[in-house]
Amino acid sequence: MGELHFPWLESSILIPLLGAIWIRFFAHPENSLRQAVAFCALTFALTVGELIDFVTLGTFEAHDHWAFINWLFDQEVFVVDELSAFLLPLGALIHLVVVMSTLRTKAPRFSLTSTLVSEAILLATFSCRASWTLVALMAAATVPVYIELERRSRCTRIYALHMFAFVILLVLGWASLQFTDSSSEAVLIPGALLTAAALIRSGIAPLHLWMTDLFEKATFGTAILFVTPLTGAYAVMRFVLPIAPSWALQSIAILSLTTAVYGGAMSLVQKEARRMFCFLFLSQASLVLVGLELVTPIGLTGALCVWLSVGMSLTGFGITLRSIEARISRISLADFHGLNRQMPTLAGFFLLTGLASIGFPFTVGFVGMELLIEGAVEVYPLVGTMVVIAAAFCGITVMLAYFRIFTGRSNATLIPMHARLSERIAVMVLSVLIIGGGLVPQPGVASRYHAANELSEQRQQNPMTIDVEEADEVVDHSDDANETIESIHQEREYHSNESNSDSFILTPPGHIETPQP
Amino acid sequence: MNTTEIVFQLLGTAVVASPAILLAILGLSALSGRPLNESSISRLTQASVLFSLIPAIGILAMMLVLGTRYVPIEWGDWVTIPQHDFHFHLKFVFDRLSVPFVILSCVLCGVVGSFTRRYLHREAGYARFFLYYAMFFTGMVTSSLAGTIETLFVGWEMVGLSSALLVAYFDERETPVRSGQRVWSIYRLSDAAFLIAALSIHHMTGQGDFGGLMSSGIWPDGTAAVTPQQALFVGTLLLVAAAGKSALFPFSGWLPRAMEGPTPSSAIFYGALSVHLGAYLLLRVSPLFDVSMTLRVMVITLGVLSAASGALMSRVQHDVKVSLAYASLTQVGIIVVEIGLGFQYLALIHIVGHACMRTMQLLRAPTLLRDYQTMENALGSRLPTSRSRIDQWIPVWLERWCYRFGFGRGFMDTALDQWIVAPFVSIFQRFDSWERATTDWISHEESRESDKAELHPESTGRKT
Repeated sequence: MGELHFPWLESSILIPLLGAIWIRFFAHPENSLRQAVAFCALTFALTVGELIDFVTLGTFEAHDHWAFINWLFDQEVFVVDELSAFLLPLGALIHLVVVMSTLRTKAPRFSLTSTLVSEAILLATFSCRASWTLVALMAAATVPVYIELERRSRCTRIYALHMFAFVILLVLGWASLQFTDSSSEAVLIPGALLTAAALIRSGIAPLHLWMTDLFEKATFGTAILFVTPLTGAYAVMRFVLPIAPSWALQSIAILSLTTAVYGGAMSLVQKEARRMFCFLFLSQASLVLVGLELVTPIGLTGALCVWLSVGMSLTGFGITLRSIEARISRISLADFHGLNRQMPTLAGFFLLTGLASIGFPFTVGFVGMELLIEGAVEVYPLVGTMVVIAAAFCGITVMLAYFRIFTGRSNATLIPMHARLSERIAVMVLSVLIIGGGLVPQPGVASRYHAANELSEQRQQNPMTIDVEEADEVVDHSDDANETIESIHQEREYHSNESNSDSFILTPPGHIETPQP
Repeated sequence: MNTTEIVFQLLGTAVVASPAILLAILGLSALSGRPLNESSISRLTQASVLFSLIPAIGILAMMLVLGTRYVPIEWGDWVTIPQHDFHFHLKFVFDRLSVPFVILSCVLCGVVGSFTRRYLHREAGYARFFLYYAMFFTGMVTSSLAGTIETLFVGWEMVGLSSALLVAYFDERETPVRSGQRVWSIYRLSDAAFLIAALSIHHMTGQGDFGGLMSSGIWPDGTAAVTPQQALFVGTLLLVAAAGKSALFPFSGWLPRAMEGPTPSSAIFYGALSVHLGAYLLLRVSPLFDVSMTLRVMVITLGVLSAASGALMSRVQHDVKVSLAYASLTQVGIIVVEIGLGFQYLALIHIVGHACMRTMQLLRAPTLLRDYQTMENALGSRLPTSRSRIDQWIPVWLERWCYRFGFGRGFMDTALDQWIVAPFVSIFQRFDSWERATTDWISHEESRESDKAELHPESTGRKT
């Protein structure tokens, strides 16, 4: 395992925790927002440092230099690998832009302490490999939101019910996995429990009610921070992917696909912006799960790319809605508001992030979506078609929301509503990343492809995750598990050659290559 | 690479890069909140059109002199995963189809730019218009020259978005915005069909290159390398895509609505340019029709239906722009019939001629009305109208039906709203109410606070 040149991971977790303590006990309320931004910015810088250091190391996984926690517990607790290396800056960025775009008038309602604690938990989650620590962190992440709902005197039943089920299933699943031989069929039971937990956390229909309820009752900022880092997808990647057989994953992919189409369609009929955002997010986040569960390198690469794009673009979309909400209260989509003249920057950014989230050309989501659809078509052509339909629904929703909020009437307000400096900076940072990632996608795709390959290889190490039919055919010829896997590789190679030759046969006689002048 | 090829590469790159650079400059100035002044914008636009048009004419001249029929401009792979043969190849092709179309696009966009420079002088949305214009121009050039179906899709999407935004240009009124939304919705659905077709082509031929689909010969002599069933499947999807983009039957409803935009854009972009993009797509994949007779019949039927309904509708409209829009539809329908019958060159000439003629008509329309009024004032009465001989042979009941059909714009929007949109909305509103009931039941209270949310008084104007 490689070693980073600085304790980036532990520092990035520690800084927001220290920030939370500082703001809770020492900061003057008037300066707390500015100081929270500073802590978030420092954390983001540390995670970017981690990413650069990790990329230059050229290793699959690495741990901190002078890792205090590792020394204390004598085991690797915080480790960054290719799968999580990009997620850490993404998580820190999401927190930074949400805190930056918080209006000072809203600061008392939006708990900065709780946000910084949540950030620390999120970064620890993304730095932690599958173990009891990760289970504990995922459970802990649900607490600050619950506390906020309680403090706002909102009904917590729906949220608590779903999160309780999530935590219980996660704990039971992980506990039973410890006592199960990973190569036996009994692993399906913990696998099913962990899958159910991940599906609840991801809000896969019909287990998505907690998400719409959260957007109704929590502050918009908290709701964005809780859902946009896609912790549910992370749970799928860490807990479910390494042990679930392909047929089970493809079944889950169908569920996710249904959610994607359902979310897209539901977002079209919503009359209020938060709910529209929630369903739009649900649709796009489900597409990430669809890609993850296809378990083909292209599908996985697409999912990992869409993950980053959804994280960035829908956070941007969300903070724009939040900024508008902070000025005019809840946004009805039944009316036209005509805010374009008052907030042109936010209008442009709203359109940019909305289009990026649906994979519009030359934005960060485009190539990811193309890869995802390509991967989906490889497995089931119908799945690819449904992904396209879900994206079409979301596209119509984005423009509908844009037209309703920013156009349709002349709105002369008495108060200035333009974007503040901190909002502009947040918007510009995300815009640069969204457009930059869209114009130069190759480095990101190559890195995500490498990560997807590693994920596939992890699955190959477990005989249970290899297709039963293929395994049955090969087991007859070999006893050793390694030999089995090797033989399956050979079989797959043979099949892929066979399919290539099939496609060659389909070409009609007299086939001539692309014409040249 | 010899000197001729280098010159071709340089000129081809200029044609594609020039609109992209314009888009980048105007986009960056909008994003940074520092809009350029009117004269800078118009100069940049003129320069961009010229730097696209002149190299395109140069390429045409060189092709004619050298007898070259096919000039590919390769920009390499934008994204590639070599292990899985996934590549997003940026390839542009200059051939007998794309060169006339790209020159047409440059000329008409140049006319729009020149006209708008004065038409929107001192308008608040001047910079916004030219940003959308740049996107439209880039999309048209990219679509025209695309050598792979993925590249065509990129241009296609840009044309779609800019069209919707241009239709909704007068954004302080509801009607243009609703029209923009309608255009976007139709475009998205046709784009979905296009994307599925693109993926299917990729799947069937292993590459998105048009050369993979039309494996032998260069346009229009290609032969599709697919089976009749595959051709029918892909062709049907592409037909849906083309119908959406070209406002063919039954998607014609967006075309008159698109006339909500500023006169130069709505007139030329929709009446003369983007309305031909679907026909251009059908021309590009026309070798598919040789493989499947069913597909050919479908294309011809769609063309006939569109032309007939367009003719009926254009005759009874009382708005000159709408009437001309439907007249465009009639011509596009005829063009589609020509494509279906295999007269590719005729269709191409028809597109170029019709686009130029319609542009002149649309630009002349407002002054023509004034001329009519002047003449009527001079005469002191209405200008005499003549009744054609064919009209005398048509039964009255049929005439009335045709009038109702034409006046009601073929009831296409009503049909789409009633049979597709309304059931869709109804189903998902039902799901929404079930969700509400479930969350209310779990919460033991009304769970949806957003229903009661009122807007802040400062943003009043909410209808109650």
